[in-house]
Amino acid sequence: MPVEFRKDLFADERDDNLVEIGKPHIRQDILGHVTGRSPYYDDHLFDGLLHMRCVRSPHHHARIRSIDTSDAERANGVVRIIRPSDVPQNMNTLLALLNFGRDDEPLLTPEKTGYRGEPVLAVIATTEAAARDAVAKVKVDWEELPHVLDVEEALKPGAPVVNATYPNNTFDYHDRYDHQKLRFGDTQAAFTRADHIVEGEYQMSPIEQAPIETCGAIASPETNDRFVCYTSTQALFFSVAVSAKQTALPSSRLHFIGGTVGGGFGGKVDSHHEPLAILGSMLTGRPVKYQWDRAEEMQVGAPRSGERWRIKDGVMNDGRIIAREFTGFFDAGAYTRLTSYGVQKCTGHLPGPYTIPNVASNTYCVFTNRTPSTAMRGFGITGVDFSIECHMDRVADAVGIDPIELRILNAYRDGDMKAHRRTAKNCALIESCQVVAQKSGWALSHDAMAQSSLIGGGIGWRGEIPETVIDFAGEIGERRSNWIDPEPYAGAKQRELVAAGTENEHPATGNAPQREDMVIEAERLGFKVSDGPPNAMPVPGPAPATPPAPADPPIPVAPVPAGTVPPPPAVPTPLNGTGAPRRSTGPGPSLPAAARGAPQPPQPTPEPHPPAPAPVPEPALGTPRPAPTDTAPPAAPDTAPAAPEPAQRPPRRPGVSRFISGPRGRR
Amino acid sequence: MKIPVTFTLNGTEAAAFADPGQNLLELLRRGLGDLTPKFGCGQGTCGTCTVLIDGEPQLSCLILAETAQGRDVRTTAGLANGPELHPLQTAFMEGFAAQCGYCTPGMLMAAKALLDRNPSPTRDDVIEAISGNLCRCTGYEPIVEAILSAARAPRHSTGRPA
Repeated sequence: MPVEFRKDLFADERDDNLVEIGKPHIRQDILGHVTGRSPYYDDHLFDGLLHMRCVRSPHHHARIRSIDTSDAERANGVVRIIRPSDVPQNMNTLLALLNFGRDDEPLLTPEKTGYRGEPVLAVIATTEAAARDAVAKVKVDWEELPHVLDVEEALKPGAPVVNATYPNNTFDYHDRYDHQKLRFGDTQAAFTRADHIVEGEYQMSPIEQAPIETCGAIASPETNDRFVCYTSTQALFFSVAVSAKQTALPSSRLHFIGGTVGGGFGGKVDSHHEPLAILGSMLTGRPVKYQWDRAEEMQVGAPRSGERWRIKDGVMNDGRIIAREFTGFFDAGAYTRLTSYGVQKCTGHLPGPYTIPNVASNTYCVFTNRTPSTAMRGFGITGVDFSIECHMDRVADAVGIDPIELRILNAYRDGDMKAHRRTAKNCALIESCQVVAQKSGWALSHDAMAQSSLIGGGIGWRGEIPETVIDFAGEIGERRSNWIDPEPYAGAKQRELVAAGTENEHPATGNAPQREDMVIEAERLGFKVSDGPPNAMPVPGPAPATPPAPADPPIPVAPVPAGTVPPPPAVPTPLNGTGAPRRSTGPGPSLPAAARGAPQPPQPTPEPHPPAPAPVPEPALGTPRPAPTDTAPPAAPDTAPAAPEPAQRPPRRPGVSRFISGPRGRR
Repeated sequence: MKIPVTFTLNGTEAAAFADPGQNLLELLRRGLGDLTPKFGCGQGTCGTCTVLIDGEPQLSCLILAETAQGRDVRTTAGLANGPELHPLQTAFMEGFAAQCGYCTPGMLMAAKALLDRNPSPTRDDVIEAISGNLCRCTGYEPIVEAILSAARAPRHSTGRPA
């Protein structure tokens, strides 16, 4: 069922009369800024304000043998020490509120820390100095564990398990894959007929948001049985909901005041200060401030994730890119935060602003023993765009074509079908390139200057979803047993065709099934077993018999008269020879020998939560780890699914997240 | 033991008790309720706590509160004369020289120290004067422009040092 987006509704209303650009405007909040009266969270004074500081892990990866707080408790000014067992709902993940991911991160860590600076205890004292002194007096007996700081090292067999909730060191996409896939057309076939193959690898560092105002919150009991919380958050409703969950208070008892943020850039979304400050206020009955100092902001504050990208292009002699493959690794750090979402956002952006008929990507959200990463200014997009544009220059060099003309030649035009199966609208790359060339005195050919985003888009193959080869590599459980190398297709043990025109209905083609209690369909793909092949895709009828692959059609460089529609792009012969799209029961002819050696019967019911490889020990300080409410028993795979099992998922309860547990809810 | 400190704050006599080791920023904010200087780093790198002491820009997070005894301290709270804004404030407003606003009080005080000392600064003088003040919303260009435009504006009655 197609989703209607606001941007589509208003797409025709774009106002190109950009008369506001270059004109100064008076900001509505600037009088407060220039008089110093804008009320940042720390600009609220409280009598008897207490100060909170955290005891933090000095190691990348370590287990807590024991904690001795006796000296700290006796220290001057100490009012209360908060332990993991004091947190009503210690485990959370930020996007649990959107039903995306499992609770994988404790507010205070009871047993094993996964990054340097992870908080294990919170000390509340009458002054900040007293809180610092007491923190220094807490004696933690650490058992240092082997750590992993590189994304690909983390994917190797035997790598330290960073986060017990995700024992593969990868976020689980759609409960099924260890990476996010995008499949559009057939890159493998296109590579075989490309004139050039251009490959490159690109690495981005993590980047700290470094706002001038450090993250923090002040919470205080109000006189009406509520708690007021002044916060630097950028995401007030995230913060309210996370605080309600972790403090087990109904949100009606939380009075949040924010909106004046001293710089955020994404780093003030994570909502860790508010629940701790509120909890401190609940436990002491007094106003409590939890504020990072600058060192914490830089070391503990979640940065933009580091990314590693490998890009492989198939290019024709005239510069047309006919295939592009991505392998991407996002360094999530020790916990998910927003990186899982960054990967999906990124996948929807591939292959960049270019119309390429064959695209595949495997993008991994990898856990390492680094500081957890989160949102920062276009996260998920900026890093891969850097890689793509570096790669475009590399392609231009390899083919011997002007780099700006290469971009114009391959640019999206209005009406083109993008790899995530939405139509390109309001394209402006060609015009931007032309203006850049003009302003910088860069000579472009007459032909390149004559191009337009409004002309030639969506014609023939450019506007269509091609027949698409998908694979099932990287299914959860497979990695755990075999540790297949994370490369597109290289480890593919099963290939399958999705008919041309098929939209976003399969996780392998790039778009996620939406949150289950928002999906209208009665059954979700991937958890449904009906007649026909297991996990059958909802393909509208058998695919048409595939004609032999034609030569790659030229990109129209001038208005194409009606009737001269370019031929469709090359499509491979169906693997099973029938043309019917179905999951092949055996390996395809083009599969590597390694994959043929390990045929695996189809699994009728993927396990939503694969069993952990080792039993997860109970937290040392007594906080129960919330069990997923619907963990499927790890039943032996049914190798002959004659009588298909019913879906193992429980009936859908609207508004209830299976990832939210604990006493939150209807009170 | 609390230490009594008296000084002139924005032209008015101020008195407060400082804790031993307390910095001037904390004393101004918590002790006297002047919240216009901000805490950004506590180590003298960001400049958002900048105040004027005897006309010189100083980092209040690095100054012991008791050393302000008997001095003339000025903050952003004293820039405007009632509803009448200082030319720097007007220039910052009109030139979009603040985004999140958190570095603005420090920027304003550093700029005021410059203009009090040198009413007709060059662009390089301005850049030098705010070189100790960080802006993370990357608004340096409009800030420099606003300070230059304030320097060109007619002098304001409250703009001179006391």
